[in-house]
Amino acid sequence: MKIRYFAWLRTRVGHVEEEIAPPADVTTVRALIDWLRAQSPRHGEALADTTAICVAVNHEFAELGDPVAAGDEIAFFPPVTGG
Amino acid sequence: MIRVQEEDFDVGAEIAALTRDRTDIGAVVSFVGLVRDHAGGDDVGGMTLEHYPGMTEKQLAAIEREAGERWPLSASLIVHRYGRLAPGDRIVLAVTAADHRQAAFEACAFLIDWLKTKAPFWKCEETSDGPKWVEARTEDNTAAARWHDD
Repeated sequence: MKIRYFAWLRTRVGHVEEEIAPPADVTTVRALIDWLRAQSPRHGEALADTTAICVAVNHEFAELGDPVAAGDEIAFFPPVTGG
Repeated sequence: MIRVQEEDFDVGAEIAALTRDRTDIGAVVSFVGLVRDHAGGDDVGGMTLEHYPGMTEKQLAAIEREAGERWPLSASLIVHRYGRLAPGDRIVLAVTAADHRQAAFEACAFLIDWLKTKAPFWKCEETSDGPKWVEARTEDNTAAARWHDD
């Protein structure tokens, strides 16, 4: 599973992307966030407030209850500010 | 047609290319977004636009497709830049062409409203306090919602 971070999430986590292999019971976006938070204090801080974070699974916006699986590309980023 | 690029674009040349050899178009509307030198009382010396390659193109194409389903458009174009931009630089271009002006006006507003809430771009402004990530504006969500999102 590839995790990508953008904007302030990237600077807070300290990685552009990382390859992870979470345990088998991590099957939703919500469970993935819980697991990632426990990986390091930086992850914990960056992912603390889920209301401030958007998630994309394989380039599509996703909700906390949506499924994630091995091979997926999951991105975390703040609300978009283009245009 | 959509494009994501670092380099600048020429608005006149883009519109000319979009309408070349077309005699069926009666109205063209364009929106150009520029970098402001101020934001909420702060001076802004420039900005860096980050995006999510892959998802950006997918989202822009989906937004353009949605506009084409809602309005009878003859042609449309979205060009969005990324990288470092200075005050006065062009950021984004949205162009819509139709038989009549109403469809072109509405579809152009729709493109930019949806782009602002659905395309994965982030602005980091250079302020006197250092770099500052721009926060999403409630007004942008309200503007996007008037098109009855979902």
